[in-house]
Amino acid sequence: MGQSVTRSAGAIDVVVIGAGHAGLAVSYLLGKRGVDHVVLERGEIANSWRYERRDSLRLLTPNWQTRLPGRAYDGDDPDGFMTVPELIRFIDDYAAANGAPVRTDTTVTSIRRENGRYRVTSNRDCWTARAVVLATGAFNLASVPPVARDLPAGVRQLTPFDYRSPECVPRGGVLVVGASASGLQLAEELLQAGRQVTLAAGEHVRMPRRYRGRDIFYWLSRTGIHDERYDEIDDVQRGRRLPAPQLIGSHRLPILDLNHVSGLGARIAGRLMSVQGGRLLFSGSLRNVCSLADLKMQRLLKKIDGTADAEGAPAAGQYEPTRVDETPTLTMDVQRDDIQSVIWATGYRPDYRWLDVPVLDRKGRLRHDGGIVDSPGLYALGLPFMRRRKSSFIFGIEDDARDIADHLVGYLHSSSRGKANGIYTDDPTARSYRRSA
Amino acid sequence: MTNTASAVDNGVNVEALLDAREVLTDAPDAARFVWRAESEWKGGTHAESRVEKFFGLGEEQRHVREFSYDTDHPEIFASEDKGSTPVEFVLVGLAGCLTAGIAAVASNRGIQLNSVAAMIEADMNIQGILGIDADVRNGFNSITVNYQIDADASEEDIAALVAQSQKRSAVFDIIANPTNVNVWVNL
Repeated sequence: MGQSVTRSAGAIDVVVIGAGHAGLAVSYLLGKRGVDHVVLERGEIANSWRYERRDSLRLLTPNWQTRLPGRAYDGDDPDGFMTVPELIRFIDDYAAANGAPVRTDTTVTSIRRENGRYRVTSNRDCWTARAVVLATGAFNLASVPPVARDLPAGVRQLTPFDYRSPECVPRGGVLVVGASASGLQLAEELLQAGRQVTLAAGEHVRMPRRYRGRDIFYWLSRTGIHDERYDEIDDVQRGRRLPAPQLIGSHRLPILDLNHVSGLGARIAGRLMSVQGGRLLFSGSLRNVCSLADLKMQRLLKKIDGTADAEGAPAAGQYEPTRVDETPTLTMDVQRDDIQSVIWATGYRPDYRWLDVPVLDRKGRLRHDGGIVDSPGLYALGLPFMRRRKSSFIFGIEDDARDIADHLVGYLHSSSRGKANGIYTDDPTARSYRRSA
Repeated sequence: MTNTASAVDNGVNVEALLDAREVLTDAPDAARFVWRAESEWKGGTHAESRVEKFFGLGEEQRHVREFSYDTDHPEIFASEDKGSTPVEFVLVGLAGCLTAGIAAVASNRGIQLNSVAAMIEADMNIQGILGIDADVRNGFNSITVNYQIDADASEEDIAALVAQSQKRSAVFDIIANPTNVNVWVNL
């Protein structure tokens, strides 16, 4: 637990929203810089991990790489992958060790910009902050495509948030939509529980867990891929849209891919395009999305080979191309093919419904330049490829949080020049602004 | 990836394409195009279709001239074969789209193309269109495209060109994915 904050709400320099790894990381760095701040948390520390993750989940990052600013993994299983309870403990301990000024059970309901400051309203209190860090995560809501509305009422629809274990899924056939890490992990778990699984695969990222004697994350870091910056790559929007690679936090498999789940009995179809009167229509592009994934994986492994050769790593294993049926399924009938449930492993998105600052683009994405949001003093953390390719990983938060903390301190300095007296009283400026507006 | 683009000449104006991408990102309305064809029955199974005008970039546009195409059916269908079969036009569209995409992607990636040839085959069971067997669909069962490409690039890079072209192809999407089709009769 972080220290319980007894100070009364009111004016403060910085409000951090969210006491997950990102909020606690930036809190630690703000503390080091002597910045007065509070961390508001809707539930408990590491709340999403506590209440919104399935039982079998493990981090995709090996333990030796899992770290936060000022704290590295020091357990006895460096090559393992944290379970959810282990990660919760790691984050809890971090908050406690740092005495993070966290206010739990405090749900932010609105943030407004008023007279150059942010008015942060929660279910408990109200703050006026010169700067705000949005550390609420990128995986708050499941992105479910509009086609979900057209499924017959009898089909049970789940998102990864509803799924804890195979028992949650009704008997009968399951359609898993999506071939990212979530889709493949769920498909494998359901197949191992004896379920009939169809997996609808659009574009995906194929990647082995181990390559040339090392975990793939070792190579992604050694080659500099994890550190690629948002302002140095060709098309950062494409980087941000990339689905999570088909990985699992385990070394029991050399590679979790479509070949693995089809070998366990899954039927692989193309992307789910449309549902018409109980008939599911899949894209005929399966062969091409598999070719794209195979080609991109080979390109990645080739890039790694340069570094691996220099380190004298053992020779590469071979990965057979993704097997695609001669005529992959184009249609299924919910009744005839006994589809009792659909799991939408179609990605996640952040929830900004409480953000009343006009900083979202027409697709509802935050407008930001490497986490510096398009509104002075507003910052984000933990978004995919926010400043670096590793941004959305636990270990990826450190460099981003440091950049954001530095920028934020600079902002506080520059904005305090010429500030009005009374800023530390209970937001009189905001009130007068409202009157004049 | 793009810095060698100027060294190759595939006759594709890559700069213009990249500029368009940039401009249209912030101008979604300008990106709305409407494509049109007009068709007239000529007798028998022969029709003549013309394309000239289309809408895009916020206003009416037109090709440099009108293009006209005859469609008919072969003599073994008891037709007069005054033009290609409509289903063959679909293949023409797919070939044209994928090949254009290959040229554009190659130029963007700095790959010089020397020759690009495609053979397209599509198989169909005409018991469908003849109404013999309700379980047989009218359209193609599958389409196979074979490319022969000579380019100054590795086999993998050429394979990646063809994959990327499919990923960005309108006709590939139209064929591989469902589209709502509304046909009205104006009396």
